[in-house]
Amino acid sequence: MQIDWFPFWLSLRVASIATLLSLAAGLALAYLFANVEFRGKSLLDALVTLPLVLPPTVLGYYLLVSLGRVSPIGKLYEVLFGGPLVFTWQAAVIASTVHAIPLLIRSIRAALSSVEHSYERAARSLGASEWRVFWRISVPLVRRQVVAATVLAFARSLGDFGATLMLAGDIPHRTQTVSIAIYDAVEGGHTLTARLLVLAVSGLTIAIVYLSNRLEHRRGTV
Amino acid sequence: MSDLQARLTKSFPTSPESAAFALDVEFTASPGVTVLFGASGAGKTLTLDCISGFIRPDSGRLLLDDRILYDASARVHIPPRDRRCGYVFQNYALFPHMTLRENLAFAAEGRPRLDRHRFVNDMLERFHITEFAARYPYEVSGGQKQRCSIARTLVAGPKLLLLDEPARGLDTALREDLYAILRDLRAEYRIPILLVTHDLEECFATGDQLLIYLNGKIAQAGEPRKVLDRPANAEIAGILGYCNIFEAEILALDPTRNTSRLRAFGQELTGTYYPGRFLGDRLQLCAQTSSVRVRSQSGPNRIPAKLLRTSERTLTIRAEFSPNLIVDLTRAAYDQHRDDKTWFLEIPPESLKAC
Repeated sequence: MQIDWFPFWLSLRVASIATLLSLAAGLALAYLFANVEFRGKSLLDALVTLPLVLPPTVLGYYLLVSLGRVSPIGKLYEVLFGGPLVFTWQAAVIASTVHAIPLLIRSIRAALSSVEHSYERAARSLGASEWRVFWRISVPLVRRQVVAATVLAFARSLGDFGATLMLAGDIPHRTQTVSIAIYDAVEGGHTLTARLLVLAVSGLTIAIVYLSNRLEHRRGTV
Repeated sequence: MSDLQARLTKSFPTSPESAAFALDVEFTASPGVTVLFGASGAGKTLTLDCISGFIRPDSGRLLLDDRILYDASARVHIPPRDRRCGYVFQNYALFPHMTLRENLAFAAEGRPRLDRHRFVNDMLERFHITEFAARYPYEVSGGQKQRCSIARTLVAGPKLLLLDEPARGLDTALREDLYAILRDLRAEYRIPILLVTHDLEECFATGDQLLIYLNGKIAQAGEPRKVLDRPANAEIAGILGYCNIFEAEILALDPTRNTSRLRAFGQELTGTYYPGRFLGDRLQLCAQTSSVRVRSQSGPNRIPAKLLRTSERTLTIRAEFSPNLIVDLTRAAYDQHRDDKTWFLEIPPESLKAC
């Protein structure tokens, strides 16, 4: 019997892009929270934590409503790229990204707040702007924690089911990610396919967690 | 010539971790070393933090080189990065993820691009850290870290240098090196240098001006030698290490011969002339532990005393007497008198200081 590995590779691609996007968003928001005072800061703080606590299907529903073909963002996307956003693999990327962002933001902010103040103060007294202090001092000092959090965010993106299913659907060879494919395989009685995909995902996840732990443990030495 | 003029207040209400505290200071620092001396928690580091801009004072005004750094009434608060106040932190605060050279290069980024490399090299050379330039801070010794930290601060071209207990954690030899560096800096850079310490020796080894901090206020200011000679009150005398503080009555004053007659410990003593005091006044006198001599017989300015206890010091033996006097003796003097029933403690007139 021919095993279809497409969902596995699609998931890898989706999770990789989603991780990069959420890392960028995580760092940007961490900088924003640390350095800029603006109205609604605590509201935004609560908002970025929401994906962590909402059931994935609820999150997926919100995304579907706000990015769907009748929503302003959905319409804008259609004008710019000539096709709808929802039910494409790009939609899966967005679902995974939103799913992973809170984890990264929380880890990065916690790490940054652990940086000894005197380093940042020293940099400022040497004439460095907040931007330089952030990128040259604060973030490099917590790079291990950031990398470890990124690795976990990757694992979380890889495992997203609910939000991806809501926003990107379950279209074989287009939007069917590995989590959804495993569900379908079990439902359809394709035991071998399910087993192989499960093994592949498990192996990858174990490798990721191992890597993440090793990075965490070395955080003591800068 | 640049001057720092500071007038600052900052108060903190009582919190679960600490009692209420209020800083209220005013001083001018000219090029040279101004020492902020006092006990921990007197507001010395807080003063540095306000000057460097890390903490915003409640009120006051800061002028450096006629440039306003902070003015409460005009709502001016220049951010730390634009103040050009070089800050040498207690823990040195060298960036741990950069080599010593990279630490200096980071500070040099405000300089013209072509200048940077040469300038960093010069500084590494000058502070004898060229050899270690490729190492990370955790790979070098405390003294090297400190030199690097001072060098890094100078690379940024400060108009004012702030040092927070720079000698803490250094052994005696490294302290002397540090004092030598500070003397060089004073001669070479004509900028005010503010040094926080609670080590009295450091005040005299480095200071041009001494500010004595007491509970958030400057209790006395002036040249170190003059302050030591004339502590403004008994509390300051205590901070300055005077252990013998006692009350005396003035029996006679003679300004022309710069002498006075005093009664203390039920005994007549000769002192110096104390300006602004009158006959019959009671005043606080203080004498340093090392200025008191021990004798076997009575005589002028000698107070009979009983030895209560002794304790060892590195070079001397500290002896405590009744009446309440403390004397630092050489080991030879102690051995000579150790069996005396009554000791006679002679305080030379010039060592009896009013406070």
